[in-house]
Amino acid sequence: MNEDDQLRYWRANLRLVGALLGVWFLVSYGAGILFVEQLNEVYLLGFPLGFWFAQQGSIYVFIGLILVYCVVMDRIEARFRGGND
Amino acid sequence: MDIQSWTLLFVGLSFLLYIGIAVATRVGSTKGFYVAGQGVPAIANGMATAADWMSAASFISMAGLISFMGYTGGVYLMGWTGGYVLLALLLAPYLRKFGKYTVPDFVGDRYYSDVARLVAVFCAIFVSFTYVAGQMRGVGVVFSRFLEVDITSGVLIGVGIVFFYAVLGGMKGITWTQVAQYCVLIVAFLIPAIGISWQLTGDAIPQLGFGGTVVEGEHAGKTVLHLIDELHRELGFPEYTAAFVEGKKSMIDVFAITLALMAGTAGLPHVIIRFYTVSNARAARWSAFWALLFIGTLYTTAPAVAVFARVNLIETVHQTPYGEAPPWFRDWEDAGLIAWVDKNEDGRIDYRPGDAFSGSPSFVNEPSGEPVRGELGQRRLDNELTAGPNELYVDRDIMVLANPEIARLPAWVVALVAAGGLAAALSTAAGLLLVISSAVAHDLGKRILMPDMSEKRELFVARAAAALAVIVAGYLGINPPGFVAQVVAFAFGLAASSFFPVIVLGIFSRRVTKEAGIAGMCTGILFTAVYILYFKFLNPSMNTAEHWLWGISPEGIGVVGMVLNFMVMGVVSKFTAPPPQEVQDALMAIRSPLVERLEGADDPPPDH
Repeated sequence: MNEDDQLRYWRANLRLVGALLGVWFLVSYGAGILFVEQLNEVYLLGFPLGFWFAQQGSIYVFIGLILVYCVVMDRIEARFRGGND
Repeated sequence: MDIQSWTLLFVGLSFLLYIGIAVATRVGSTKGFYVAGQGVPAIANGMATAADWMSAASFISMAGLISFMGYTGGVYLMGWTGGYVLLALLLAPYLRKFGKYTVPDFVGDRYYSDVARLVAVFCAIFVSFTYVAGQMRGVGVVFSRFLEVDITSGVLIGVGIVFFYAVLGGMKGITWTQVAQYCVLIVAFLIPAIGISWQLTGDAIPQLGFGGTVVEGEHAGKTVLHLIDELHRELGFPEYTAAFVEGKKSMIDVFAITLALMAGTAGLPHVIIRFYTVSNARAARWSAFWALLFIGTLYTTAPAVAVFARVNLIETVHQTPYGEAPPWFRDWEDAGLIAWVDKNEDGRIDYRPGDAFSGSPSFVNEPSGEPVRGELGQRRLDNELTAGPNELYVDRDIMVLANPEIARLPAWVVALVAAGGLAAALSTAAGLLLVISSAVAHDLGKRILMPDMSEKRELFVARAAAALAVIVAGYLGINPPGFVAQVVAFAFGLAASSFFPVIVLGIFSRRVTKEAGIAGMCTGILFTAVYILYFKFLNPSMNTAEHWLWGISPEGIGVVGMVLNFMVMGVVSKFTAPPPQEVQDALMAIRSPLVERLEGADDPPPDH
């Protein structure tokens, strides 16, 4: 693997991490804290929406984020290692 | 069979299981002792991490705290799970690639300095002891309530068990007992939650029952959350689901606490060390996923349990004549965790906002040790009464333990919860003790004081350090400082302000220098510790929002310590010589997907 590939691998990693952390911030600090009062005006399936994000939704999204990270990183690494991807 | 016999049975069986695992997994090498031979499968490591992580605070205290805090309790839910996203994306895989045994090991090598290593050793031991004290108190609470032994003997039994499997089996023994403990604790948490959800809402899945409608009684047809908001309005409490209203934390404080808990989670040495036990970076990523999935199972159930418990507590207690109070009420009163003072002398329990009296309950006893009782049989207190209408004191720590009784679930469910609480406390205590042991034996002993120590001798020192740490932990459990979640919250502030910035910058920047690392860690932990000590211990009367820095409470101040740490590191790095070439090379190596494959000699050459 040459230096170019290594740099591209690392950039791909950083882009992915950055995008996922953006979502991480939006659901917890955005929907669960900063905009919770506005979202609480909306009721969905028995929950005020902001309250749901703070106590349920953000956790589901967190689990999903790590899953996406694992799957995409597996693909990226397979590609740069010259796997059959 | 009564609750006590069931408890003896479940606790006895679970302890036998832990001892059996310890005997089966005992180790003979330092690699086995510190990192379980680095052969733990990702899913097992996820389970062990979940048990390691979910402490007495998560199991016993958290749902109770949320129950009293409503929306604001979300700080624990988001904070203690969101940290895993940071761990998985920013720390775990790279630390595993760097390939050391402990956090001080990484810090010492990355910052090419034994001073940095020493500061990290100190931080790791300090954070771990703060945290372990909370666990032992949890063990004491469970034993004193369910087995009716005094707290001291309860803690001693717990200490004995941990001593056995931690000293004998090291990380390998701890890992496989933690897998078993996760199974025990999750079953123990879910069964009563499902029972209560079914009873109240007719929905067996607590996460759905949380938003469901009440099926029986005068409130049938209302959603649970509408009902709790309504009950809160009637009694004068702030609405349960409301965010930043009078009587709750401010937005900035909620933001700061959540962030401090997240960064703290990602910086706790006993969590990070678990990612060294797997075979490579890919397994480290996947174990973070499994860990959060297993943790999320409890963490999405806890807020549902909290609201069910709140509804049941208000409905069964408020305006009930003391003589007709259910049996659990008196049991917990005898355990000293519930207290009632009949201020208006109507014989009924009035539950309203505000404290019933100042301080924690101080019960009056006869010289013989028998409690002094009022005419209705309630225990007498000598606390100074407050002017408010509230007559009831409920310790937040009892909500999960008392919940099955409050909902009148069968005795074996109650006993199962006791075994689960012990599993949660013991698994976390063991993980912390291993951090202390490896910090002393490996980082202080092998890497700094006695570099030519033989492996056999290092293993002996590690065992001795673990044994000593168990004894100190036992002492802290018998003489506990404060209540569980509060003590644990400090450990997060300290971890967020010391380890998190140093590790993240250490991985993602090749330019941060040893001087920067040392200065950053010291600034972060000193600032945070002083702020907490000042408001919590030196001057507690000042501990109100108007005296806090920018309205941030001691629980959230770790964030400011963390930002200071990052800033100090950035500035100091600018004025000091860059790290030596071999450190920069090691950092380049962890940015490559090939690193672990190079360890196996049969790598196919990359074909593009």
